[in-house]
Amino acid sequence: MSLAPSMTTTNEKQFIGTRQPRLEDEVLLRGQGRYGDEVPTPPGTLYAAIVRSPHPHARLKAVDSSRALEMDGVHGVLTGEDVRQWALPFPVGVRQPMEHWCLAVDKVRYVGEPVAVVIAENRYLAEDALSGVTVDYETLPVAVDTEFAIESGAAILHEKVGGNVVSDRTFRYGDPETAFAEADRQVSIKVRFPRSSCMPIECYVVLAQFDPANSAFDITSNFQGPYALHSVMCRALQVPANRLRLRTPPESGGSFGIKQGVFPYVVMMGLAARKVGAPVKWVEDRLEHLQGASSGTNRVSTLEAAVTREGRVTALRLDQLDDCGAYLRAPEPATTYRMHGNLTGAYAIRNLAVRNRIVMTNKTPTGLNRGFGGPQVYFPLERLMQRIAVELDLDPLDVIRTNLVPKGAFPYRSAAGSLLDSGDYPAGLEKGVREGGLEELIQRRDEARREGRYYGIGYTAAVEPSISNMGYITMAFTPEERKRAGPKNGAVSTATISVDPLGSVSVHVSSTPQGQGHQTVAAQIVAETLGVPLESISVNVELDTGKDAWSIASGNYSSRFSGAVAGAVYKAALKVRARLAALAAEQWNIDSDDIRFSEGRVYVEGTDQSSSFHRLAGATHWSPGTTPQSEPGGLRETAFWTPPELEAPGDDELINSSLCYGFIFDYCGVEIDAITGAVRIDRYVTLHDAGRMLNPQLVDGQIRGGFAQALGAALMEEFVYGADGNFQSGTLADYLIPTSVEVPEPVILHMETPSPFTPLGAKGVGEGNNMSTPVCIANAVADALETRDVELPLTPSKVRILMGIEEPPRPEGVGEPETEATASSGSRLRARDSVELPGTPNEVFDALLNPQTLAAIIPGCHGLEMTGENEYRADVTVGVGMIRARFDARVSLHDLNPPDSLQLRGYGSSAMGSAEAFATVTLTALEGNRTRLDYDYEATVGGRIASVGGRMLQSASKMIIGQVFSRFSRRMGGGTSRFLFLQRLWQRIRALLTGKGGPS
Amino acid sequence: MKPATFDYTRPGTRREACDLLHEFGDDARLIAGGQSLMAVLNMRFAQPGLLIDIAGIQDLHYIEDRGDYLAVGAGITQAELLEHPGLAEKVPLLAQAMPWIGHAQTRNRGTVCGSIAHADPSAELPLCLTALGGEVVLEARKGKTRKLPAHEFFQGILTTAKRTDELITEVRFPLGQGNERYRFREVSMRHGDFAIVALAVRICGDRTDLTVGGVADRPVRRSMTGNDARASWLNHFAWSLNAQDDAHASAVYRRHLVRELGSRLIDECSAQKDDTHAPQG
Repeated sequence: MSLAPSMTTTNEKQFIGTRQPRLEDEVLLRGQGRYGDEVPTPPGTLYAAIVRSPHPHARLKAVDSSRALEMDGVHGVLTGEDVRQWALPFPVGVRQPMEHWCLAVDKVRYVGEPVAVVIAENRYLAEDALSGVTVDYETLPVAVDTEFAIESGAAILHEKVGGNVVSDRTFRYGDPETAFAEADRQVSIKVRFPRSSCMPIECYVVLAQFDPANSAFDITSNFQGPYALHSVMCRALQVPANRLRLRTPPESGGSFGIKQGVFPYVVMMGLAARKVGAPVKWVEDRLEHLQGASSGTNRVSTLEAAVTREGRVTALRLDQLDDCGAYLRAPEPATTYRMHGNLTGAYAIRNLAVRNRIVMTNKTPTGLNRGFGGPQVYFPLERLMQRIAVELDLDPLDVIRTNLVPKGAFPYRSAAGSLLDSGDYPAGLEKGVREGGLEELIQRRDEARREGRYYGIGYTAAVEPSISNMGYITMAFTPEERKRAGPKNGAVSTATISVDPLGSVSVHVSSTPQGQGHQTVAAQIVAETLGVPLESISVNVELDTGKDAWSIASGNYSSRFSGAVAGAVYKAALKVRARLAALAAEQWNIDSDDIRFSEGRVYVEGTDQSSSFHRLAGATHWSPGTTPQSEPGGLRETAFWTPPELEAPGDDELINSSLCYGFIFDYCGVEIDAITGAVRIDRYVTLHDAGRMLNPQLVDGQIRGGFAQALGAALMEEFVYGADGNFQSGTLADYLIPTSVEVPEPVILHMETPSPFTPLGAKGVGEGNNMSTPVCIANAVADALETRDVELPLTPSKVRILMGIEEPPRPEGVGEPETEATASSGSRLRARDSVELPGTPNEVFDALLNPQTLAAIIPGCHGLEMTGENEYRADVTVGVGMIRARFDARVSLHDLNPPDSLQLRGYGSSAMGSAEAFATVTLTALEGNRTRLDYDYEATVGGRIASVGGRMLQSASKMIIGQVFSRFSRRMGGGTSRFLFLQRLWQRIRALLTGKGGPS
Repeated sequence: MKPATFDYTRPGTRREACDLLHEFGDDARLIAGGQSLMAVLNMRFAQPGLLIDIAGIQDLHYIEDRGDYLAVGAGITQAELLEHPGLAEKVPLLAQAMPWIGHAQTRNRGTVCGSIAHADPSAELPLCLTALGGEVVLEARKGKTRKLPAHEFFQGILTTAKRTDELITEVRFPLGQGNERYRFREVSMRHGDFAIVALAVRICGDRTDLTVGGVADRPVRRSMTGNDARASWLNHFAWSLNAQDDAHASAVYRRHLVRELGSRLIDECSAQKDDTHAPQG
C-alpha cells in the first residue's frame, strides 16, 4: 500500500502541516503540570541524600556510616558494599576491563561521584546525616587535561586498562592518501570543543519501590530514554526486564538529553529502597546536577583537508580525541559515532581518514546533549572551511558552494555511509542568502570596518541527522567484534490508538517528550486521518514499561519524533481507519476506498451514506456480532515501525548512522566591542530544510530553543575543571545560561524537501542549531578579528585577550607580583607574605613548635590534640563573612631547620569540602631583637566549596592564611614573660611526652 | 540542598533585635531579604542557631532626605530605593548603578543594607557607597550606635567592621552636588551577573574620582587631579588592585578594563552636560 504523505482529499480537513497552537500549554500555564517531584508518594516514603566525593581521584579505604545510623530519622545507609552484594556493574560500550557501578566501590574518579546514600525520614534529616558518614580517602594524582591524560606517566583511572585510552579505532574511506598527495594545498586546524549541557530547570527525580515478594522494582523517574538503557538498568539490578517497571511522570521540566543520565540513580535508588524496605525518593539539587549529572563530551580535533586551488576539498583527515570523563557510561562512546556516517557534513567529499580515541579523565561522565556529537563535528569542519577561504583567499561562501552535495544527487551515499535522504543544498543556500539579507550584512561589515569597528560574518552549512540507527554505537567495535556480538540496527517506534465505546480517541506514544509538543502533533495526525476534532483527542505521553508498547529505541532523543514516532502514529491511525472503513463498506455495500472521514463523520462523497464516527467506532464495542467477520471487535491498534534503510554496519565499516538528514544553512553578523571584547549578534539567519513540517509553529519553537542553547555554548556556558580536577561551575552564577535578555531573535527560513523514508516525509529539527550555531558565531568572530584560534565559550575576557592586550608593566612597588594562579588552576593559590615579630628567630621558632601557640593562631581552633611528633589533629571552624565551615583538620610541622625555617602543613575535610595548605616559613633576625617571618604558601580548596566559591576562593584563602600569621604576630607581641613561661612549660611537657629535651 | 536546623525569630523592634544579637553573638544571623543568606544556608556554608528576621521592624522602613545625604533604613529593598521619587536628582549614581543589581525579582526582596552588610566585592551598592564616601550606621544593645565611613566599614572579601552584636540600621548616601557629574558602567557576562569589573566615575571640577569594584577584595576609590597623567595613573590603579583570575575572566582582562574602560568612562563623564543630573532645589 502506498502511503501518500497526506491521504486527505480537498473535503477532508487538513491538520498535518498547519500551524496549531499547543494542546499542552493550558495545563502548563495554569501551573497544573505534574513533574517528577509532584508524582504522589506512597505512604512511608523515605528520602535520600547522597554522600559525594570531594576528590577528583582517590582510593576508598573505608566508608563508615555508624554515626549516621545513630542520627535522628535515619533508616539506613547504602554503601558500595551493598551494591557489590546486590548489583552488577553497568555494561560498558567497549571491550575493556573497567567497571562502573552505581556507587563507588573501590575508587572515586570525579568530584561529586556518589559514595553512599543516606536514607531518612525527610531530606533535611538525610542531609544532616551526610556528615555522619565518614569516608577515608587516599587521594591520588589526577588526569584532567584530555591531551595530557593520554601521555605516558599520566595518572590512570582504570588501572586494569593500563592507560586512559579505552578505545582507539581508525577508518579509511576512498583513497585519502592519494588525494592528499595530489592536493594543490593542505589546510589544517586543531580545535578544542568544551563541555556544556542542556541545563534543565527540573533536575533528576527518582521514586523507587522494591517488592521483595516478587523481587521486582517499580520506579518512577523523569528518565527520557533511550529505552535501550532499560536493559542496562535490569542487568545492573540483576532482574529480568519484567521485574523493573519504569514509569515517567506526565510532564518534564526540561531535558534535551540530560535526563538520559538519571539511569544510574534509578538503579541506586532501587537498591536504596531494597536496603530500607520502604519507598525511597530522591530529588537532585542544582549543585549535584552541575557537578555530577552529565554533560556533552569535550573533544580535541585535528582536521586536515586536501584542497584544490579552487577550494574544492578532495579528502579529509580527522583525529578525534573524545573525553568521556571518569566512566564510559552507556550509551557512550555514542557521542563519537552518532555522526560517523555524515562526518563529511553537507559536502561531497569522497576520501576520508578517521582516528577516534576515547579518553578517560577525572571529570563527570558524559552523555546525551542536544545535537549529540554534532557540535563537536561541525566546529572543526566549519572552522576548516573558513580557514580554507582565508588561506586560499577565497570567499568563504564560495568554498561552501563549491563543496556542497549537488542538486539531484539524492539519495546520496556519503563517504562513511550516510544515505542523505533528500534535499537541494545549493537551492537552500541561495534562498538563505537572498531572503536573510546577506548583502545588507556585508554592507554593514564594510561600513563598520571603515569606522575601525570589529565586525565579522560567519557561515555554516550542516546536515542535521535524525532518527538514530541503533547500530551506530557498535562502530566502537571492530567488524570482528561486531560479528561475534550479533547485528544491531534499526530504530523501532511505536504508537497506540484506541477508540473507546463512546467513540472518543486516545493516543499513546512512547516518546517521553520534554516540551516539544508531541501531544499536539500526534493529535493533528489522528484528527486528519480519522476526521475527528483535534480537541477531542486525548494524547498520553507517559511511558510505563509495565503496560505500554515500547522498544529499545523508545524515548526522546535523536530528533526521532517527527520522522519516526509521528510516522508510527500515522500508521496506527491508518490501521484504525482501515478497520472502520471496512465496517462501513460492508454496511453500505460499497468500496471502502470511497469512504471519507471528516468532522466527526464517516461518509461517502456525493451520497447520503453517512454515520457519525463515534457510532461506527462504538459498534466494535457494543455490537461486535453485527460487524464483518474480519472485524475482531474492540478498537485499539498499535503500530510498530522501523525503517529498512537503517542497516547494521558491515565489514566495509559503512554506517548509515541516521535515517534522515535535514539541511541547515546559517550565517550571522557579529560586532565585537573594542574595549570589553563582548560579542554582539547583529543578525542571525538560519535556514532549515527538515523535510515536511508537521506543525511549522512547533518547528520554529524548536529552532529558537536550539539557537538559545547554542548561543549559550558559544558565548558563556562551560563546565570548568581546574588543573587539580576540582569542579568550578557549581552554581548557576558560575555556569551561565543565556536568558531572554541575551538571546536575539534569529531570522528563521524554511524550505521543505520531504524525506522519502519516513511515513509523513518529516525529518527531525530539534537539534540542528546546536550543531550549526556555535561554529557560525565562532567563524564570525574569527572573521571580525582576522584570527585563527577561536575557542568556545567566547567570553568577553577570552575574546579581548585574543584581540591582544598590550599591558603596561606593573609600576615598581605597586600591588603584589603576579601569582602563578591561572583560571585553570582553580582554587590553588600561591603567594607569599611576611610579618615582623618581637623576639629572636630562636624564640619565634620555638613558639611555632608549641601546640598552644598553634591552637591560638589557627583561626577558629576549638581543640588541638597531639597525634605524633609535631603532628596534631584539630577541630577548626574557618569563616569568611557569613560563611563558616567546620573542618576536621590535621596540622603538622616538617623540615625543621631551627631557627631558620620549617614547613607548616594543614589539611582539613568537612562535608563542605576539603582544604589543604603548605607554608614554608623562613625566619630572619632583625635588629632590636626582632624577627622577620616570611611565609611562602600554596593553598588548595576542593569539593563543594571549590565548586561554588570560584570567584572568591583566592581572596578568601589569602585572608585566612594571613590571619594565621597576624594572630601569631599578635601573640608574640602579647608579652615576653608569659611567652617564656609557656615556653618553659611546654619544654617540660614535651620532654615528658617524647622523651626528648627542648629545642636544640 | 537543605539548610541545617535553626531557630527563627522576627522581632518587632530594633531593641529586641540588638538584645538577641547580644545574647547569641556569632551563632545568630540577621536576615532581611535573604538574597545571599538563603543560598548560603541551603548549601550549609553557614549553620547559625538563630535567624533574626528584621523585616518586621517598622521603624527601619524609611528613605529620608536629610539635606546632606539620603538615609536608607535597613528595611528598604533595592526596588524601593530604585523607585524612590527623585532618586536620579538626589543620588544620580545610585539611579545609574542600581538597575545593574541582579534582576527585578531579586531587587524586590534584597535590601540595600543587606547588600552593604554582605560586602561582596563585585556588588554595586558597596561600590556606590564607597564612591560617594557614604556612611554606615550600626546599632548595638542599649541603643549604642556608631557611624563608619564606607572605606573603614569594608575590610575585605565579605568582611566588614560590623561586630557580631551590631545591626546596620541605616546607610547614608551623600546627595549629588550641582557641580558633580557621575558615570557608572559594569562588565558582566549577562545582565544581572556579578560584575567582572564595575566602575563609577565622579567628576567635580578638576578632581576625578574613580571607584572600582569586582577586582580587589573590596571596592576601591582613587582620586586624580587634573595634573596627573591619566594613562599612568590608571595603570597604577589597575595594578594596585591585585586582580585575580577566575573561571570567567582573567586578571589581565580586569586590569585592561580598569585602564581602558576607566578612561572611556572618564571621557564620557567629562563630556556629559553639567546639568544632566543637576539636583533640583
